[in-house]
Amino acid sequence: MNIVVPVKMVPDLVEELEVDATGRALDRSFLKLRINEFDEHALEEALLLKAKHGGTVTVLALDTGEVDETLFTCLAKGADRAIKITGQFQDGVSSHAAAAVLARVLGSIPHDLILTGVQAADDRDGQVGILLASTLDLPHVSVVSGVEPAAGGKAVTARQEYAGGIMAELEVDLPAVLGIQAAREAPRYAPVSKVRQVMKTQKLEEVAAPAVEVGAGSTVSRLAKPETGGRAEILEGSPEEVADRLVAILAERGFAKR
Amino acid sequence: MANDIAVVIEHLEGKVADISFEMLGKGRELAKASGGQLLALLLGHGVKGLAAELGCADGVIVSEHETLRHYTPEAHKQALAAILKARAPRVTLVANTAMGMDLAAGLSGSLGWSLCAYCRDARLTDGRLTAVSQIYGGKLLADADVEGPSTILSILAGSFPAEAGKAAGNPRVEEVPPPPLDKPRIRFKRLIQPEAGDVDITRQAVLVSVGRGIQSKDNIPVVEELAQALGGALSASRPIVDQGWLPKTRQVGKSGMTVKPKLYVAVGISGAPEHIEGMRGAELIVAINTDPNAPIFNVAHYGVVSDLFDVIPLLAEKLKASK
Amino acid sequence: MVPAREVFRNFPAPLIVAFYLLSALAILVFCYGAWLRIRKYRRGRPAHRTAHLWRRLGGAATSIGSHSTLTKRNVATGVAHFGIFWGFVALFIGTVIIMIDYDMVRLVNPAWRFWRGTFYLWYSITLDVLGAAFVVGLGAMMARRWWVRPGALDYSRPDRAAGSYSRAGYVADDRLFLWLLFWIGLTGYLVEGLRITADRPAFERWSVVGWQVANLFDLAGVTGFANPLHLAGWWVHALLALAFVAYIPYSKAIHMVVDIANLLFKDERAGKRLPAVPEGAEAQGYETLADFTWKELLDLDACTKCGRCHTACPARASGAPLSPRDLILELREHAEATLGGSSWLHETSGREGNGKVAGGVIKAETLWACTTCLACVEACPVGIEHVPLIVQLRRRLVGEGALDANLQGVLEKLGRYGNSFGQSERLRGRWTQGLPFKVKDARKEPVEYLWFVGDYASYDPSLQELTRAVARVFQRLGLDFGILYDGEKNAGNDVRRVGEEGLYQLLVEKNLAVLGKAQFKEIITTDPHSYNTLRFEYPEFGGAFRVRHYTEVLGERLAAGRVPFARRLEGVATYHDPCYLSRYTEVTEAPREILKRLGLMLVEMGRNRANSFCCGAGGGRIWMGDTRTPGIPTPSEQRIREALEIPDVRYFVVACPKDVTMYRDAVKTSGHEGRIEVKELIELIEQVLE
Repeated sequence: MNIVVPVKMVPDLVEELEVDATGRALDRSFLKLRINEFDEHALEEALLLKAKHGGTVTVLALDTGEVDETLFTCLAKGADRAIKITGQFQDGVSSHAAAAVLARVLGSIPHDLILTGVQAADDRDGQVGILLASTLDLPHVSVVSGVEPAAGGKAVTARQEYAGGIMAELEVDLPAVLGIQAAREAPRYAPVSKVRQVMKTQKLEEVAAPAVEVGAGSTVSRLAKPETGGRAEILEGSPEEVADRLVAILAERGFAKR
Repeated sequence: MANDIAVVIEHLEGKVADISFEMLGKGRELAKASGGQLLALLLGHGVKGLAAELGCADGVIVSEHETLRHYTPEAHKQALAAILKARAPRVTLVANTAMGMDLAAGLSGSLGWSLCAYCRDARLTDGRLTAVSQIYGGKLLADADVEGPSTILSILAGSFPAEAGKAAGNPRVEEVPPPPLDKPRIRFKRLIQPEAGDVDITRQAVLVSVGRGIQSKDNIPVVEELAQALGGALSASRPIVDQGWLPKTRQVGKSGMTVKPKLYVAVGISGAPEHIEGMRGAELIVAINTDPNAPIFNVAHYGVVSDLFDVIPLLAEKLKASK
Repeated sequence: MVPAREVFRNFPAPLIVAFYLLSALAILVFCYGAWLRIRKYRRGRPAHRTAHLWRRLGGAATSIGSHSTLTKRNVATGVAHFGIFWGFVALFIGTVIIMIDYDMVRLVNPAWRFWRGTFYLWYSITLDVLGAAFVVGLGAMMARRWWVRPGALDYSRPDRAAGSYSRAGYVADDRLFLWLLFWIGLTGYLVEGLRITADRPAFERWSVVGWQVANLFDLAGVTGFANPLHLAGWWVHALLALAFVAYIPYSKAIHMVVDIANLLFKDERAGKRLPAVPEGAEAQGYETLADFTWKELLDLDACTKCGRCHTACPARASGAPLSPRDLILELREHAEATLGGSSWLHETSGREGNGKVAGGVIKAETLWACTTCLACVEACPVGIEHVPLIVQLRRRLVGEGALDANLQGVLEKLGRYGNSFGQSERLRGRWTQGLPFKVKDARKEPVEYLWFVGDYASYDPSLQELTRAVARVFQRLGLDFGILYDGEKNAGNDVRRVGEEGLYQLLVEKNLAVLGKAQFKEIITTDPHSYNTLRFEYPEFGGAFRVRHYTEVLGERLAAGRVPFARRLEGVATYHDPCYLSRYTEVTEAPREILKRLGLMLVEMGRNRANSFCCGAGGGRIWMGDTRTPGIPTPSEQRIREALEIPDVRYFVVACPKDVTMYRDAVKTSGHEGRIEVKELIELIEQVLE
């Protein structure tokens, strides 16, 4: 099975996110990018499927900056190919544009199954995986947390998660796109020495992005921190004092006796 | 038609999801501004009866077929695409849920309509549509001017009051058969229910919830003590359940349960939007976290910035002593 | 009559020949066994332990001669072994003397024979006295092993279920060794006594013990049969001795030779300075025994199962599945099974081999339980270096991705943010905001002392007030100091000890890049872990600076007395030596001097200085899930209990940020809040200044 895993870099939410002077975009000067956590799960699921059922795993990424180390890490984890799609992407790409670019690039890459993270923190105009599937007219299922080959390799069984812990088991013909919520095991660790070794011994493939005329369909007019209309009353003091205060508050509301 | 507002009704096992009512309420508001009709789109098999609950809408378009009995992204998308292409409403509201995601982005791709996801709000003023999306894990809100004669907005649960969508009314029901789907590429196999847990957290009046701050499975008994002292039950955020430290039936959040207890104590939970979605309706929320900037403090009523191991055992002790 | 003794007294010629033949046989069996062992060691990689050979020889001679490593904290046992050792040496040399005199000199020129006269008299008394020490020492050891039964000699394993292994073989080997030596010693005296009672030459009074044994024989009335008994006894003694010689390389007796070599080739920096992965090496860490160095293979044979490391280990003491002793013994069994050079008596167990050493022969949970406190290496009287082995095996586990989930998360955070808390680099200097002055940025201006703060002190909210206290005290005492702010990354000590060597080197590179551009005279640190790696390991990567702990620098300043004390403190305090300050960097007196200068009455816990007991956080353990047996107190809880044994103790003083967290928690979880206060030394210093 040829599995393709498109990954993307997203702003690391650990850092304070600031809005730039225009008030419409992120201040990218202190921004740190990291791989979308769900894409890590998608890669892990792909690697586990390959280990169990054979095949190849190809990772793709648009060059939004800081993407090399991520691609090398994917290779160190066991991916067979890593392709960097070069272009003017440093200021971010809309999901629609990204999907259009990926769709064109995929034309020359054999793909039976496309696994990608279910969503990313900057998916304002929708999820890349689903948009990609629509462009390629492939069946797609999101919020998947269990993938198994079925029907003699012509389809896969995917489990889609709903609220309340309920799941639906669906059979999907290949080729297809699945949005992975969680891999069956936690994403593996790539030892730094292995990544460095891969950096020395392997090269990333590069492909120039084809020009696409696709926009997000909406333009941001304002980017701002949400007004925290309600903010908790913070109880101060030693643990002893805080605990006493809490007991008092709870007692007032009938959850405890004084 | 061109000014209509369409709402895709989400339902499972005969029950209309609350988010659908939230969207209807908002849809009604948008329809007033656009001067068009509010249409509810109901897909399935044997679901016509649900139309009675959708009184808030002006019209309900029902598409029934065996292939739509169980939700699958392909069949539902295809049926909706046909209806939407024909009606071309100004705005189509879809739930930002597992079912809705495939539909919203899938329709955007297929129909070529613009899409704004993770919407918390939308405004239609003088024919201009503004959508407010919550992005970067809830840290920022983006207001966007939306293009196109038709657009799709995917709405986050908990954005609007569900009550506004539960109005009584007598919408006209239109039956529209879906286009034929001979060889569906996605086939429903079965629905898997979560293992019957000992406790139904949606029925508990008091919940004490643990998050990553608990650090280790061995520390859960510390919080269990507090739950017992309060006469409540233990629940958890997703990471705890993913690690197997508590069963899935205890999960609060987007892909877990939505709970509305009288008291919700969030212990070591940072407050990711997916979790908050599941508990923001609680009457009294107390949060304990070492990070003063944790988003949980934005929804909590009372907060303690401290190591949970400092406060929880003390609190449990005092509550027990006072009994 | 010239004092002398007849060799082969009353022997018919065939018996003499038989003796020489049997001796040759015994020696051959010995040589074969020795060769098998040497061949095993030669399978190991080179180890470069022969530098400064003369200094090594001198050092080994002193420590072995004085038995300093054995008498350390265990005087009675050390003295008993001292007697056994010197007795054996004397008896051995005595036999060699006879051989040289009889088998060599006599054949060249009988007039040159020297084993007679005054020499013989001194020879007799020396051997009799030391031989007695030998026998008495053995008797003491027997009493200790079979009557006192100390915990150190309990062979039950914490890393295997009871019943899945049997150490009856070890017990049999111990018994055989003790009794064989004992009977050799005893029969020696019996034979001597029989000879003396038969001949009674007056000069044999110099054989002080033998003469008395002869008297006993007279009392027993066997003097009449002395000669045949003497011949028989001589043979029993000879056969036992020859059997022993042959048996040496196939039993625990091998330690007599191996341990001398082991102490000769020990690395003083074992554990403190870990070996880097050789350039270009594909795999990290040890996969099979072929990766072990010859010194490590020698280590495996050096173990005498004395149990000192076993009792010192904090992991074992708190129910974790790790005993340093059993790690070494398990590896020894594996080495004997795969490389030869085996002992005759073994442990038996249902070992399922999966071919791997790390995660196979030695379980992963055993390897992860280690806190790298170095107590095992410090306690070992024969120079075994357990900790570097554990790290090499951990490297393999990391290479395979076989990590505890918590640990993986922390390593990923360290890789991405340079700190174990997963917080932004930009927040590293945030703790300075509570100070009434600006702390210099050592990246931008020269400073005298570059303060390497450390992760915990910088990011842990419950410790930041202490970090500010350090800054205030530095300021008050007039130190010209600065910090690296965002430029500082985790020094990497525990990352290296967890086995992520690649990440360690990455952190070192980043730190050295920043340090290289800064101007400073020396590095001062408040974190003992960082201290160790900065001082002992960074030089290999190009970073050679003077590094000291804050107690060393402040000790100087306080001693100079230029800042007056506003008050003195009162009360009984006990000081807990952090592992990385005591065993690793050997800074034990500076903190104590400060404590006393502050006015506190310092009372030591039983385990102090190099024998301090670990809090349990090191070696990355603070980043991992708990693997101990529930119900058994944690190492830190045990330590608090130890402190509480001191009457009226008020303060438990520490000098390491992780110790503060661990012991504050331990005081709470063991229910002793209010009874004893955990204080960082800096808090006490700040209290007296102003």
